[in-house]
Amino acid sequence: MPTPSSEVLVIGGGVNGLACAARLAAKGRKVTLLEASEVVGGGAGEREFAPGYHAPALAHLTQGLDTRVVEAMALDRHGLAFHPALATTVLSGEAESLTVRGGKTSGVDAAAWEALHRKLSAFARVLAPLRQMRPVRLAGENRLFGLARQGLGIRALGKDDFRELLRMVLINVHDVAEDELSDDRLKGLLAFDATLGAWLGPRSPNSLILYLDRLARGADPLLPKGGMGALAVAMGKAAAAAGVEVRTGSAVEKIVVEGDRAVGVRLEGGEVVRVGLVVSAMNPRTTLHQLVGAAALDAGFFKATGHVRMRGAAAKLHLALRGTPDFRGADLKSRIVIAPSSEAVERAFNPVKYGEVPELPVMEVILPSAHDPGLAPAGHHVLTAIVQYAPHAPKAGLEAARAEMLENTLNVLEQHSPGLRSLVVQAELLMPQDIEARFGMVGGNWHHGELAVEQMLFNRPTFAAAQYSTPLPGLWLAGAGSHPGGGINGAAGWNAAGAILEAKA
Amino acid sequence: MTYDAVIVGAGHNGLVTASYLARAGMKVCVVEKNDWIGGAAVSRELYPGFTYSNCSYVSSLFRPEIMRDLELPKHGLQILPYEGGAVFQEGGGYLGMFRDHDANRREFARHSKRDAEAYDIYARDVLRFCRFIRPMLLRTPPDPSSFRPRDLAELMWLGRQMGALSEEMRARMVQFWTMSIADFLDQYFESPVIKGYLAVSAIIGTALGPMSPGSAYVLLHHYMGDVDGNVGAWGFARGGMGSITRALTASLKAAGGEVRTGQGVEKILVQSGRAVGVVLANGDEVRGKRVISNMDVKRTFLKHVDEAELPDDFVKRVKAFKIRGSSGKLNIALDSTPVFPALPEGAPNIRGDLHFTDSIEKMERGYDDWKNGRFSRDPFQDVMIPTMIDPTMTPPGKHFMSSFVQYAPPKIEGRDWTDADRDAFRDTCLNQIETYSPGFKDRVLHVEVRTPRELEAEVGLTEGNIFQGELTFDQLLFNRPVPGYAQYRSPIRDLWICGSSTHPGGGVMGAPGRNAAAEMLREAGAKGGMRDAYAVL
Repeated sequence: MPTPSSEVLVIGGGVNGLACAARLAAKGRKVTLLEASEVVGGGAGEREFAPGYHAPALAHLTQGLDTRVVEAMALDRHGLAFHPALATTVLSGEAESLTVRGGKTSGVDAAAWEALHRKLSAFARVLAPLRQMRPVRLAGENRLFGLARQGLGIRALGKDDFRELLRMVLINVHDVAEDELSDDRLKGLLAFDATLGAWLGPRSPNSLILYLDRLARGADPLLPKGGMGALAVAMGKAAAAAGVEVRTGSAVEKIVVEGDRAVGVRLEGGEVVRVGLVVSAMNPRTTLHQLVGAAALDAGFFKATGHVRMRGAAAKLHLALRGTPDFRGADLKSRIVIAPSSEAVERAFNPVKYGEVPELPVMEVILPSAHDPGLAPAGHHVLTAIVQYAPHAPKAGLEAARAEMLENTLNVLEQHSPGLRSLVVQAELLMPQDIEARFGMVGGNWHHGELAVEQMLFNRPTFAAAQYSTPLPGLWLAGAGSHPGGGINGAAGWNAAGAILEAKA
Repeated sequence: MTYDAVIVGAGHNGLVTASYLARAGMKVCVVEKNDWIGGAAVSRELYPGFTYSNCSYVSSLFRPEIMRDLELPKHGLQILPYEGGAVFQEGGGYLGMFRDHDANRREFARHSKRDAEAYDIYARDVLRFCRFIRPMLLRTPPDPSSFRPRDLAELMWLGRQMGALSEEMRARMVQFWTMSIADFLDQYFESPVIKGYLAVSAIIGTALGPMSPGSAYVLLHHYMGDVDGNVGAWGFARGGMGSITRALTASLKAAGGEVRTGQGVEKILVQSGRAVGVVLANGDEVRGKRVISNMDVKRTFLKHVDEAELPDDFVKRVKAFKIRGSSGKLNIALDSTPVFPALPEGAPNIRGDLHFTDSIEKMERGYDDWKNGRFSRDPFQDVMIPTMIDPTMTPPGKHFMSSFVQYAPPKIEGRDWTDADRDAFRDTCLNQIETYSPGFKDRVLHVEVRTPRELEAEVGLTEGNIFQGELTFDQLLFNRPVPGYAQYRSPIRDLWICGSSTHPGGGVMGAPGRNAAAEMLREAGAKGGMRDAYAVL
């Protein structure tokens, strides 16, 4: 007698796993969530990396959680609150720093930036609903109403903007910066933000759309009160309140397949949990290649999942500081971006293509302790930075590359914050390989598969698994590797739950 | 007198347009600034006894429909297919390339058995993508923002083309169009030299590296041609690439058209919002009911049209049109046949493309130099010796060697090229060849070096871009050259454009010229025996 499909097991307690589990449980499914580590949150957690210093596990900001997740899970009632949206301070070598809030900034390009921001935001608005839909099918099987509304929404931009969107949708962000802006600081910021988390340089075609996607996720970078860990805690509580049984410290060793169907999982230690549906919010390749295995899958599908590109190019820096750093007077509660120009971003990308470390990396710096002093001892600070670009498969080997990357990163920081190095109590740099080891993100890519046009929508993670279901009956995908990708957002998990509910309805 | 059409520029597209119009009964006149015809499809004797194809050097993409319609073989055009080539590897090895699939496969197996098997699947997949895109070449792109019946019908035609494929194939095609050639090849192959060889077509003439997304499409752009129906084959025009434009001119004259050389256009005359003719550099006017520019879109509108006649948005877009040159050219007269010791004695590969870039990484590093405003220190060269097959271009026993070089930027670190830069560029290229062919430099009688500077000054290609505009999606199909003006028309009535700045782009295809003519004839209601561009195939 097979286990009823109303009994669901979700593997992976990151943002997407939690969102998916909570939505299924709220609809009456009996949901168990398995998380390998001792706490939920995945990339959104928190860690004491030096005695008394707490840093975000990986992500140090969210560009906005999916609004459906926030509302339906009532995350505010479970303790989630955000600090006021962060402004961005763009540091420059010689020139003064520049403050940017959405479309507002100062300097020669103030008007040009506002106009560009308005145009790109309009594009992002018409594309945003795609994030909340299942990927469009290239066949007559779409729910036509939603798609037609979508198409009309895009055309409603008006003839000129519609044409402009079609021109710009696959353009590279460097050319846009060159065409529309003259201030290197803003060009650098645009280039940096577009390529954050991607394996692309600003001159790579298809890079602007990543910026549109970023705007579609949310207009402003947000920091939860109490640190990123507070977000994970709130989501965990909300999931539990929705009826999800959360089992931490439960690493899955194998997905059990019987009669060409996923019927449950075997945990490390041998326990077998049998359910009706298995939903993996883990990396799609890990799920299919390691937990399922080639024997249970179609050869073509297995190969295709092997071809999904998962190159991470971001390193994560955590610094414990004795004292307060000074970035030439920059507001320490802002998001500090060091990307002197679009060319500088491109030059930081070049060596990574060959497995080498850039001499002058670009980065986004946050001081979580400036917002929540409790994260560091009194008078001390925690500095975190996403540093780009770092090779995912360094030719020189991991140890040497990490040391070089750390040195180069500290040099850049020192240049913009003289004296900073002398404040460092402890430094930790996670290379893409470290991120893979710690969070199961293959290649260290935080989207569990590069977020690139050719791996979006109906091609994410692969054509045959793009609708959250997989060719293996009983197995679904719900992680960032699925549409619309990751970034502490929850949309993938939420959409996946919707697809599961629809399939069973 | 007033012509029915004045065509500015005697490049292949200008001549194609002119010929079709003349055949439809129009009185046409082509004016050309140089003392010779051809534009970038040209052969010239620049060293006594040696004819150089000194711009484009091989042919494949030229549309067979145009050859038939304009009876070019009758007017002397002959395309000689050539056999493969070779990639020379650092350390003395080589990868042979052959036109024959099975020969190629055997050669691949020498480097990787797995890759030889993958090659079958790869060739099948790429051919499928080619078949899909070929019919679009001779069709005017629809305007997706328009609700005119003609545009809607054309969009539906495109939809039906997609509809003929399986859903998975459609998804894969979208993926192919948007990905990088490096990533695409990684799905099939493991051998760096095989990947390096196959990536070449994706970077030729393009300001992209093999790791740039969108480069896989450029591969298709070079694969969708054919020689005598052999899709993907390339050949030499007998007597040099100028034979193409010579045959076109003969065809044009036979239809009553006129070509005037040495008559540069100073200005396109616009009266009451209509183009009415051109003013030549010598002050003469040539009047016409319509003016058709074979010049690139930047040159046409920013140099030869009064800006006040054009809408601001259009001018802004034309100014932002990306036309960065990425390549140079060496034309070399050789005293004797060069020897490549890596090749077995008598190997046929010397009659094809010779490359010295044995990995994608080397190519990409060459592109990094270009981005930094330098020519590649270790450049990619596509070296050919057309006279191995076509002895008509040089004295017996001597050879003409053409080297297409990538990457060469339009400016060197922000400033103009100097003669010293040009010489350094030449030496870099010659030294690379010498490495793989000892004694090569001693055989050299003469070298003509063409950097983007020379290409712009002589041929008139802005920034030396050989395609009259880069081939990225923001400048392809309905975006080429400018959204809203992709149907060969311009904001000025009776001013048309027919060069490679328009769909489907460059590569000595003739398709822009033909499509433009079809649009004009359609508008004039004079079909002249030419089928509507929308129904060519």
